[in-house]
Amino acid sequence: MENQGIIQFEHFGFQYTAQAEPTLYDINLTIRKGEKVLIAGPSGCGKSTLAHCINGLVPNSYPGKITGSLTVAGQDAGKLGLFGLSKIVGTVLQDSDGQFIGLTVAEDIAFALENDCVPTEEMHRQVEQVAKLVDVEQVLRHAPHEISGGQKQRVSLGGVMVSQVEVLLFDEPLANLDPATGKQAIVLIDEIQKRTGCAVIIIEHRVEDVLYRPVDRVVLMGDGRIRYDGDPDKLLCSDLLQSSGIREPLYVTALKYAGVTLTPDMRPSYLPELNLSLEQKEQVRNWFSRQPPVPAEPEREVLLRAEGVDFTYEGGHHALRGITGDIHRGEMLSIVGTNGAGKSTFSKVICGFALPQGGSLTFAGTDLSSLSIKERADHIGYVMQNPNQMISKTQIFDEVALGLRNRGVAEEEIRPQVEETLKICGLYPFRNWPVSALSYGQKKRVTIASILVLKPEMIVLDEPTAGQDLKHYTEIMDFLRELNRQGVTVVLITHDMHLMLEYTPRAMVFHAGKVIADKSAAEVLNDPEIVAQAHLKETSLYHLSALCGVDQPEEFTRRFIARDREVRL
Amino acid sequence: MINLFNYIDRPSPIHRLTGACKLVCLIAWSLAAMTSFYTPLLIAMTAASLELFRIARLKVKDISFMLGIMSAYILLNNLLIFLFSPEHGVGIYGSRTVLFSLLGPYVVTAEQLFYHLNVILKNACTIPIVLLFVCTTNPSEFAASLNRIGVSYRISYAVALALRYIPDIQREYRDISLAQQARGVEMSKKASLVKRLKAASTILIPLILSSMERIETISNAMELRGFGKESRRSWYSGRKFTSMDIACMVGCLVLMAVSLLITWRSGRYFNPFAG
Amino acid sequence: MKKFSVKTIVAIGIGAALFFVLGRFVAIPSPVPNTSISVQYGLLAFLSVVYGPIAGALVGFIGHTLIDFSYGWGVWWSWVIASAVFGLLMGLGAKLLKMNETEMGKKGLIKFNIVQLVCHVICWGAVAPVLDILIYNEPLDKLFAQGLVAGVSNAVTTAIVGSLLCVAYAATKTKAGSLTKE
Repeated sequence: MENQGIIQFEHFGFQYTAQAEPTLYDINLTIRKGEKVLIAGPSGCGKSTLAHCINGLVPNSYPGKITGSLTVAGQDAGKLGLFGLSKIVGTVLQDSDGQFIGLTVAEDIAFALENDCVPTEEMHRQVEQVAKLVDVEQVLRHAPHEISGGQKQRVSLGGVMVSQVEVLLFDEPLANLDPATGKQAIVLIDEIQKRTGCAVIIIEHRVEDVLYRPVDRVVLMGDGRIRYDGDPDKLLCSDLLQSSGIREPLYVTALKYAGVTLTPDMRPSYLPELNLSLEQKEQVRNWFSRQPPVPAEPEREVLLRAEGVDFTYEGGHHALRGITGDIHRGEMLSIVGTNGAGKSTFSKVICGFALPQGGSLTFAGTDLSSLSIKERADHIGYVMQNPNQMISKTQIFDEVALGLRNRGVAEEEIRPQVEETLKICGLYPFRNWPVSALSYGQKKRVTIASILVLKPEMIVLDEPTAGQDLKHYTEIMDFLRELNRQGVTVVLITHDMHLMLEYTPRAMVFHAGKVIADKSAAEVLNDPEIVAQAHLKETSLYHLSALCGVDQPEEFTRRFIARDREVRL
Repeated sequence: MINLFNYIDRPSPIHRLTGACKLVCLIAWSLAAMTSFYTPLLIAMTAASLELFRIARLKVKDISFMLGIMSAYILLNNLLIFLFSPEHGVGIYGSRTVLFSLLGPYVVTAEQLFYHLNVILKNACTIPIVLLFVCTTNPSEFAASLNRIGVSYRISYAVALALRYIPDIQREYRDISLAQQARGVEMSKKASLVKRLKAASTILIPLILSSMERIETISNAMELRGFGKESRRSWYSGRKFTSMDIACMVGCLVLMAVSLLITWRSGRYFNPFAG
Repeated sequence: MKKFSVKTIVAIGIGAALFFVLGRFVAIPSPVPNTSISVQYGLLAFLSVVYGPIAGALVGFIGHTLIDFSYGWGVWWSWVIASAVFGLLMGLGAKLLKMNETEMGKKGLIKFNIVQLVCHVICWGAVAPVLDILIYNEPLDKLFAQGLVAGVSNAVTTAIVGSLLCVAYAATKTKAGSLTKE
């Protein structure tokens, strides 16, 4: 029975009741006991639906028509039902705030036990055990808002592990974590799997980050079908990932640019064991010297100057400790750092949502402290992470016009201004649509448009690409770069290391309320000390350049990004 | 937002009582106070509630904020009663003892003052008990307690969910509100009422609609962990009744019975004016 | 009684949390000094239409009780119950008139506002004062005057906030099918 599949799809198909076309076609997939499988694919490829079939949300919460068969632990999934499946498959959802149901960590871990009517004393014992396993025993009595994102995810994991499940299903586990915490999550998943022998299924589109620890198999999905199912090394030697709209690990792409022919026995799926011959290393070095150097950024005038900005929250949390730094007119800048490092607070202070107790902020020579929130908004626009939290009108036109109407601009002046902004944002063809008919990315544009219409010189965006796959990410970021070319200063608060490398020449790194680095993105990510302190993640290009004996890792990264941009455009 | 309901973690005999016991006591006590106008009983209950307060080791500074609002509220309420109906007590107690007269129809009678005293006592003997319940019961115990006293566990859990998500929703409200203010949304007094409400809607609509999206995620997460499978459930923070719990509950239920009995037997009002 | 679905339970919990936050922290100054407008009734009317009478009643009951708890001024059961009854009646009214929350045209809005007006009249004009008389035997005209003020201001907020919410919600349910780019 060793090779028996614990999950077995046979000619499986699924169509949601509300949709005209099936979401999954003819899926044949076996997941064996103790196996670790990565399921990757772009948004809308059906990977989430596949996960919902495994945990029973399809068809219990999302009804539809099923064809073919799905057996879990030898039994028909339909017969097991949602509750039967929950005993075998534990799901860790992407939204760890939504999954954290209990008032405290301990209660949340106990939730499944409570539903099984486990007696209270027994429950306390089991919760303690699991809390040790996922390393949250120090915070058992804490409320969800008192712990970090990484800890929340550990609690979610603990909450499903109490049920002694045989399969752990992770739905986009990296989406809401900072890079270092994401790395730790992958390590934790790996350890838990080794200790418990559970089968692990990870649904993610960030292939490189998942491959920080080896997986047994990668399943690549596209348009509701399985495009590839097998060895990760073989997959990386092909160009299937690129053609499916998934980002390859950067070092793999770099090797391909250098003309190195990848073979599975080089072990390209696991960087620490990547095996390059002397010749291949030479190929990489030669490629590096052939690439033209990247021109330096031009000098620019200062737009916003922060000097010794200090801010403490009412509860006593000292969030900003003397922030000093400049933002230049017309630049595109990243602000990075862990959750709680002060980067969001800094953006609030800039926009006037929070008033600093010390230091000064000057914008184009004017002292900001004399300006109200509304007055600052004429110069500095702020775009929230979730567009659904900003949109309050049903029509796109009205949403974009809101700020102008609130400022008392005459209606006949509003129309041309809104229309012009909609054209810039590529939304003009949709101007008469209801907002609800738009995709997430388009809604994001609507929120950006609704800020741009006020003609700010600078916009601040909070995590503009969170949860987006490569295609939508590229769409949003290219749009922002275009805006930047037209002269708008763009400040991005982000966790995404690649975004920072690819789009923003300069990065400000926050840590514990201070700016610990302010230099080029490539330099930041090639500086192990800053990377460790600020919970960032070194780019794999750094390791690759070390492996190949390239002595200028920052320049290597820069040249790679420049080359990559040419190829992709 | 820390400690919304002012739970004060400090060991005392009242803290040690289970939440379910305190809930039963709160309900029995409130009912006793609500039905009765029997002044000696109300006085006794007020005195007892203040003593309980001391036993719970609560300090005035813990609750000074609440005390302020509460006094203002009681004052306003009594003022309104007097303004609308200065002779109300006369009607209830059936006699009219004029003490002195104010403007026009406003005459202060002993009966009216006595009625006000009773209304104030009715508030004064319940409010400390509510405060006591709020300050000494761990919110984690609310839901388990409701379930213990017979509320279905599904509804009990709805209460737990409300407590769990209030801080999240509050934070979200604040963020959305600031971002909308930057777009010129204003709720200050400068605008007309209708305008203010429309402005509020530009904040409330995104808040409420995004919360509704969250409902789906949470209910999925709950079902995936087996919520609603059995006809009952156990509680991590549930506690067994001790003999002290039972004694307190019996005490409060007796109090309620006494209060009802007095109302039933000797009329609702204690009347010192009846000759 | 039919068992609630998990979704309804969650809707009650989140609804009560929203009711609480709106009632406790959203201060819109009213024309009367030192009082603020209770926007939460617009929310309650809307949620009752979407999730039904029982959910509406529980959102009102739990939300209002929590507000009273957090202020520490004792629980004003008469008004708590009036809030619950408002949710209940609003949900029943919506069922009775076969209101469809996903299609809120002019007709739907008129229905919504007639129902909310009737419910507010019943709750603040009858339920709350009668309970106050039973508990405190307060003077009738004072109670009806209070009820009138509360009823009118709640009806106005519901008419604006509730209606806007209904329209916005209905709009999220429209399908993109018939739309063309211009």
